[in-house]
Parts: sequence; structure tokens; C-alpha cells
Amino acid sequence: MVSLADKPIPTGHATGIGQLPFAAALIAIAIALFLAGRLLGNSYAFFAGYVVVQYIVLGTAWNILGGYTGYVNFGITAFFAIGAYSSVVWHKLTPGMPLPVMVVIGGVLAALVGLGTGYLTLRLRGVFFSIATLALAVVVQTLITNWDFVGGARGAYVIRPRVAPLIGGDYIQYLCLIMLGLCVIVLVTARAIERSALGYGFAAIRDDEAAAEAAGVPTLRLKLIATALSGGFMGMAGAPLPYYVTYLDPSSGFSLNYAVNAIAMPLIGGTSNWLGPVIGGVLVGGLQEYIRVTISSAANVLVAGLLLVIFVIIAPQGIVGLFEARRRRRR
Amino acid sequence: MSTLLHVSGLGKRFGGFVALDGVELEVQEGERLGLIGPNGSGKSTLVNCICGTLRNEQGHVEFAGEKLDGLSAHQRTRRGIARSFQLPRPFGTLSLLENVRIPILYTVNARHGGQHLHGGAIEARCHEMLEQVGLAAKAEQRPRDLTQIEMRKLELARAMAAAPKLLIADEVMAGLSHAEVDEIIALLIRLNGQGVTVIMIEHIMRAVMEFSQRLAVLVAGKKIADGQPKDIVRDPEVVRAYLGE
Repeated sequence: MVSLADKPIPTGHATGIGQLPFAAALIAIAIALFLAGRLLGNSYAFFAGYVVVQYIVLGTAWNILGGYTGYVNFGITAFFAIGAYSSVVWHKLTPGMPLPVMVVIGGVLAALVGLGTGYLTLRLRGVFFSIATLALAVVVQTLITNWDFVGGARGAYVIRPRVAPLIGGDYIQYLCLIMLGLCVIVLVTARAIERSALGYGFAAIRDDEAAAEAAGVPTLRLKLIATALSGGFMGMAGAPLPYYVTYLDPSSGFSLNYAVNAIAMPLIGGTSNWLGPVIGGVLVGGLQEYIRVTISSAANVLVAGLLLVIFVIIAPQGIVGLFEARRRRRR
Repeated sequence: MSTLLHVSGLGKRFGGFVALDGVELEVQEGERLGLIGPNGSGKSTLVNCICGTLRNEQGHVEFAGEKLDGLSAHQRTRRGIARSFQLPRPFGTLSLLENVRIPILYTVNARHGGQHLHGGAIEARCHEMLEQVGLAAKAEQRPRDLTQIEMRKLELARAMAAAPKLLIADEVMAGLSHAEVDEIIALLIRLNGQGVTVIMIEHIMRAVMEFSQRLAVLVAGKKIADGQPKDIVRDPEVVRAYLGE
């Protein structure tokens, strides 16, 4: 009798559809979501959707360093705010600059900062690296708070155009579309990493750095790639923020919520692959938005914390891990 | 035969403690060398200095005619030095197949001018590597499902997957049964037959005597003897180091 156990088991890395069909499917989903929002004609749907998609991007970006290589970054707000404040600067200098360009610039700046901090801190392991990233967030926040050009502690007003370019309609639709596009790029990148030599190298670093070196993995270079990618995507996620909130001050741009959510979402969804942060983002982000409207705007903060505690206890590998474990048991 | 590894005047300190002091060692291509010494004599430190895990303060390591000073561990692996760790250090979240895949991706495929493997060829090579140590049936399992001896075999398979010229086996037999020791010796001798130079660090004298063509003895960071195994074990200085006055 041929049982499931006799079959060669595909390892997680090599299963499923190819990169191009995957990207096409994501794009189709993003377009469908966007069109559904337009049909709904409710601008709140776009405001809420933007936040959820932004968290998927942030969570996935965090996961590239935190989940794949195992280096826990607490300095999310530093990268996120660099993107946001870079947009503030460009908005003041060249108000006509298209938002996608600002997103790219914000991303590049944050990636460079990631590379720099990585170079200085990646010799530190485990909790010491995490503490260093925490310090980075404080340093960047202090710098921004004392930088008058971007409003300093007072904050900066960024007036968003009334009508969206290219697609027409409310400007929030445009912001949402950009965030959806960014989300597709980030997810395709994350999944491509998982299946490439890079992904195997990251996993080797996460499991045992000395053994990875002995196996020929250039650990420092790979960690720098991970930090730059992770930081860059966080910066890109932050770049449209000034247009979303229209008033940006350090305490909101560096809000602890971003950091907590960006870490909680992959942990709740699962850190082992790209789907984890998506599930976590939709679940936690969606729940938060729902509670913000129905119960109170303060109660939503409780969601991430509570879910995180529950998941750390009952499913430390996250939702994806739960399913993987079940699948493995069935074999 | 030409010299593959040449260690000269190697010195390493940990604070005030001198772990290695002017160690000289030559290994010929295709040789089977046994490296012995009491606990704390600096064997593993020597391995770490050769492999680049630790940086030596004095002396040089020369491999295949090239000075390795300043090269990191992964660069040395790519030049052909592979090692197993004294305590097995598998990649815990990866399957056995993926464990041996990493050195293939990062060493075999990263060598200049070497033959690069793709897709199916990588897969086939991974299976071949596990086959060689008798772990093929467990290819899809995780390291935590393995027994001690299987874990040691995985260490060796992973080291061999890097297609090294020199394999350093750091106490791969500690804690194994008599039959298991024989199994590992046979495996190492087979690898040596394929042209791989092997340095074996071991406490189990039976294994050392059976395996080694030559023995080097480290005591308190110094090499006190080097030569034919049967002469070495009768060397009064070696006997004194192991048994005392």
C-alpha cells in the first residue's frame, strides 16, 4: 500500500507556483481589492485598508531580518520615520515630486541607514543587537525632533492634493493604491528570497552562525543585505505617511504602535515564510481597525498585546507554524 | 606528495592564558593525520585557528601554497578546508537535505572556475552526500529527530558537501559505541580514499591508532611529538603528559 509517508515530501522552499504566476496573482488580488473599494465608494474603507496593507508591508519587512535571519530589530520606527520625514523634506523642497519617487527615495535612504547600522551593530548577537536597534530609534527621533526644517517637535503639515493623480477620485485612493503596489513588491521579494540561495543562507545564519560560516556562508554580507532590504522596505512603507496623516510630528511618526505591530504581526502569523506577516497583518490590523471604530480608539492598542501573549503561549510558531506542524504530523 | 597544510609558529592567547604557543604542523596531500592531546591542550583552538573561526595572534597558516592570514571562516571553507564541530551544530529548522544543500550553494557554487550546480543537480548531490553517510532515508527529517551518531554523520556529510581538500574531524566519535566508532572510522577512511586529506582529533586511542598514518601530540599549547603512531605512543614525553610522572 502506498501511503503519504512513502512519497518524497516537498520541503517548504520548493513547493507551489513559480515567481511570475505568483506576482501576477498578487497583482490581480491587489487590483480586485482596489476596484472593490471603489465600487463600495466609501473613503473609510480606503483609510482602513491603507493601514492594514501598510502593516503587511512593515511586518514583512521586519520578517526579512527578524524571521529569516533571526536578528530581532526593535528600531522599526527609525526606518519608518526616515521614509516619512524624507517625504516631508521633498514635499517642502519640490512640492510637485510624484509620490512613487518619494517612496523610492525614502526607501533608499532607510536602506542606507540600515546598511550603516548593520555594519556597526551586526557583530553583536542576539539581544545585544536588539538593544542597539532600540538605541537607533531613539537617536533618529532625537535628531528629527531637533531638526527645525521638518517642523522639529512642533510637527509638519503636509497638505495632500484633493484629487488623486492618474486615477482620479479621492487622494486616499491613490495612497492606498501605492501601498498595495508596495505590498506586492515586498511580498514577491520576500517569497523570492525564501526560495533562493539567499534564503537558505539566511536560514543557516538563524540556526547557527558559526556553522553557517563553516559551510561557506558569508554571514556578515548576508546580514547586511537583510538589514538593508528590511530597513529599505520599512522606509518605503513610511514614505506616504505624511500624506495620509497630513500632520506629522515625532511622537506620531515614532509611535511605539508601529514597532509593536510590525513585530507582533509576523510573530502571530508565523515568521517562517511570507504568508505569516500577511495573515498577522490582516488579522491584527483588521481587528484593530474594527475595534477602533466600534469600541474605542484606545482599545485597539490592546489587541496586538493580547494576541501576542496568547500566541506566544499556545502557538509560538504562529498561525502558519500551527498548520505546518499539523501537515507534518499527517505524513 | 606535496604539502597541503603548513602551520608555522602559531600562537593564540585568551587573555593571560596561552592556548597555543609556536605550533608547527605540516600535513601532506592525501594524508591521514591524528591529532591527540589531553583535555585543554589546545586541539580545538588549533582547529579554530586553521579554519578561521578564531584569529591567531602569531604565526601563519598556509593552505595549498596560499597564506590564509586575515581570511574569514567562509573564505577558508571555499578554499577547501571543511570541518565538523565537536558538538554537532546542525541547522535545526532545516531538513537534512537542506542542511547539506547550504555548503553546496555557498561553497561549491561560489568557487571560481569550479563546476556550478543547478536545480536537479544540486538536489542529486544533496542526496548523494546523505547516501554516503547512510542518512538518505531520513533526508526530509529535521536534525532533532536524529540520534547522536546520526548527528555526527550529518556533521560529516555537511562538511563533505563543501567538496573540501582537507577535512578536519573534531572529536566526531566522542560518546559513540564500539560499533559506531568502527562505522565512522570506515567512513573517514573511505573519504580519504577519495582523495580527501583528513585530520582527526580524537580521544579514543583505538580509533586514532587504527585511522592515523601519522600522529601529532599537543600538550599545553605546544606540539611535543610528531611521527609514526607506534613510536609516538611509546614516547616517554607523551606517556608522561597523559599519565603523569
